Amino acid sequence: MTEDKQAGFWARFFGSTIWRSIFRVGIPRDRRARLMQVLSNFFLHLHPVSLPKHAVKLKYTWCMGGLSFFLFVVLTFTGVLLMFYYRPTIEYAYNDVVDLRETTPMGIMREIHRWSAHLMVIAVWFHMFRVFMTGSYKAPREFNWCVGVVLLTFTMLLSFTGYLLPWDQLAIWAITVGSNMAAATPFVGQEGPGVALLSIGNVGLIGRTSDARFLLLGDTSIGAGALLRFYVFHCVFFPLIAVVFMAIHFWRVRKDGGVSGPM
Amino acid sequence: MTIGRRKKVDGPNSRESVSRRGFMSWLVVGWATFAAGLGGLGAIMMRFLAPNVLYEPQQTFRAGAASEYAPGEVSTRWKAKYGIWIVRLEDRIVALSTICTHLGCTPNWLASEQKFKCPCHGSAFRANGINFEGPAPRPLERHKITLDDEGVMIVDKTVSFRQERGQWDDPESFVAV
Repeated sequence: MTEDKQAGFWARFFGSTIWRSIFRVGIPRDRRARLMQVLSNFFLHLHPVSLPKHAVKLKYTWCMGGLSFFLFVVLTFTGVLLMFYYRPTIEYAYNDVVDLRETTPMGIMREIHRWSAHLMVIAVWFHMFRVFMTGSYKAPREFNWCVGVVLLTFTMLLSFTGYLLPWDQLAIWAITVGSNMAAATPFVGQEGPGVALLSIGNVGLIGRTSDARFLLLGDTSIGAGALLRFYVFHCVFFPLIAVVFMAIHFWRVRKDGGVSGPM
Repeated sequence: MTIGRRKKVDGPNSRESVSRRGFMSWLVVGWATFAAGLGGLGAIMMRFLAPNVLYEPQQTFRAGAASEYAPGEVSTRWKAKYGIWIVRLEDRIVALSTICTHLGCTPNWLASEQKFKCPCHGSAFRANGINFEGPAPRPLERHKITLDDEGVMIVDKTVSFRQERGQWDDPESFVAV
């Protein structure tokens, strides 16, 4: 009697207008219903409705692409949490980072962000290594390899811009060294090759306050301007661009025939 | 009736219809405008990111009289504020840049060892700026240093002199003592 009542409740619940408006497909009892359920759900539609057996073999993919994405999600989540405490100014930045460790509840949040960042760089490299070793860059996946190279670049840029934010001696001098490379950019770096060609008469168009390094730092040396600029790059600009390229990357995996098969 | 109506909608001479050629030219104009707008926006964005005013120390400063520096002295007096070492060599005073020629860190003057040592990758320079240790590929740069009417040395950081280009004999690269 009670069981009947319960069954009646759940039957009415799953049959209700509210439930059916969210989940169009009822309880999936056959293959077609399962397929329809995946196709009609935003989160599930990112994944194929069926996979070749080799695609789920850990031995083949190492799951490095998936791990890279997972770490990106972890980094986005913990990064937004850190933004509640961290202020990107030379007065506060270092002290806020120390406070995140010493006084903030669940101070491990910053360590999770830091370790995930290191792991993501490693995972992306291993993903690239796997794709190379399995020949998955070959036709019809050449374009997606190129999108992957762009994503690798943005992983590095995110890592690089995050490096400055603790604002300790290591950060300042590492970014000094790193940003000096921008000054060696051909044509648009003040010490780069070909920069002498860009001049009107004797006056050069590219100088210490108009070259690629200056645009990157917003200053002629690492200071308040560079810290704020790297913060915005790190928290907004680069993640947004990376998300767009990630969407293209995942979409193309599907459109190029799914995870490549063993040779 | 049907034919007449179709003519009214699709006919090439109808005022209300858009011809294929006309549509294409408007399409080109539209996209060209859009591309020009995007290009302009990009140019504006790049210019916006290059600030007009910098809150950095003056590139030119007064470094005091030559007599304030003892023979053989390497002065770190202006290092923090202006990024300059005033060095009194045997016959001249020079203004050395504090930027390591390897990757741009700031070396430290080690008086006991009489050398500039860079903490980043271990490059070292003699008091006169010549590199002799570590990865630095060339000597430290010297900046323009001149005497004004009152005998005060003026350092101008916008002008630099490089040893490897043979510019250290330039009369503006030192003050004779």
